[in-house]
Amino acid sequence: MASIEAEVRQYVVETLLFGRKEVELGGDTSFLESGIIDSTGVLELIQFLEEKFQVRVEDEDLIPANLDSVNALTRFVENRYVTSERTGS
Amino acid sequence: MREEGNRFSADSLKLDAAAEVERISASIRDGVFTQLRRKGLVIGLSGGIDSSTVAALAVHALGADRVIGIFMPESDSSDDSLRLGQLLAKKLGIRTFKEDISGILKGAECYRRRDEAIKEVVPKYHAGYKSKLVLSSLDSSEFRISYVVVQSPEGVQTKVRLTADAFLALVAATNFKQRTRKMMEYYYADRHLYAVAGTPNRLEYDQGFFVKNGDGAADVKPIAHLYKIQVYQLAAYLGVPDEILMRPPTTDTYSLEQSQEEFYFSLPYDKMDMCLFGKNHGLAPSDIAPAVGLSDQQVVRVYKDIDAKRQAARYLHASPLLVEKVSEM
Repeated sequence: MASIEAEVRQYVVETLLFGRKEVELGGDTSFLESGIIDSTGVLELIQFLEEKFQVRVEDEDLIPANLDSVNALTRFVENRYVTSERTGS
Repeated sequence: MREEGNRFSADSLKLDAAAEVERISASIRDGVFTQLRRKGLVIGLSGGIDSSTVAALAVHALGADRVIGIFMPESDSSDDSLRLGQLLAKKLGIRTFKEDISGILKGAECYRRRDEAIKEVVPKYHAGYKSKLVLSSLDSSEFRISYVVVQSPEGVQTKVRLTADAFLALVAATNFKQRTRKMMEYYYADRHLYAVAGTPNRLEYDQGFFVKNGDGAADVKPIAHLYKIQVYQLAAYLGVPDEILMRPPTTDTYSLEQSQEEFYFSLPYDKMDMCLFGKNHGLAPSDIAPAVGLSDQQVVRVYKDIDAKRQAARYLHASPLLVEKVSEM
């Protein structure tokens, strides 16, 4: 099974970078700073997270610390998994 | 541009109205008669400040008998749009035509497609509801998120975050309105051998607040270089009726009353204007923050948002891409 980081990266490359593998995408590359995400892209990203990982993304989660890079997204999903496992939700 | 010493204020954007009107008029005459070889200008009149100013400028440049105004209400339009448009046309003495575009929009299933998009996120929504699209506030997140606000027949409002699918479906459906209006403007332009005037101001042109091949399409755009504050200044100089000058800017696209700031800019136009002007003139956020009434940090966010919108607007401004230049044209 692919890691969360690999699945997130694959989604970002395929959806936000339109499959252009030649574009360098570091783990901490800011989507906002590098201009690879716009307001529609954010909505697509939320939909991906909710459908792929079954996590609920609340409005207060919509901050760069959670969503602005591959590493941030990976941490966000991992934290949600841990939280949901602990609470049983 | 006037400066009050070195201190930035809204007055910094003010221009010499008389000189600017003459400069724009000369450009319109050259553009319409010499470059485009058309007999006059067609303008869609919404009763708003931009189309009213463009119509007044066109009359100043070409004469009232070479300007045609088109009213294009539809089911969701405010009654004020038609009334104020007619008020302006009467004052300017121009020919007008009224085309209710609701039938065309129904034929294209604009309303049904819009309603289905909203139902994706608000299952109880039905045709008796009113709706509008709004953007998250500048303070809530650096990510700008779209929401739909629906109002039940009983007047209860609900705000729901859109999914990507619902957002795209909603925008695609409502864009029929701007494109239908432009189609109608070009009908009248072809019919009379006129050109079509577009009405974006600088904020809208720069930030991509228009529909590609909808209100973004035109042969001339006489106020695309003017900040909105300057548009108001010229409107007052040209005698645009006070009621139009006082009307809050609206998109007039959704059935619920919707300001431009909640739909797109997240700040009132005068503050957006000052921020855009400041950014364009290399002013630091701290230089303009006091005059705009924002914190330095908020201006930093606005500057970033301006850059993000410019990037998104590139597609809207792009001409069709060719594999190679056709040198004969």
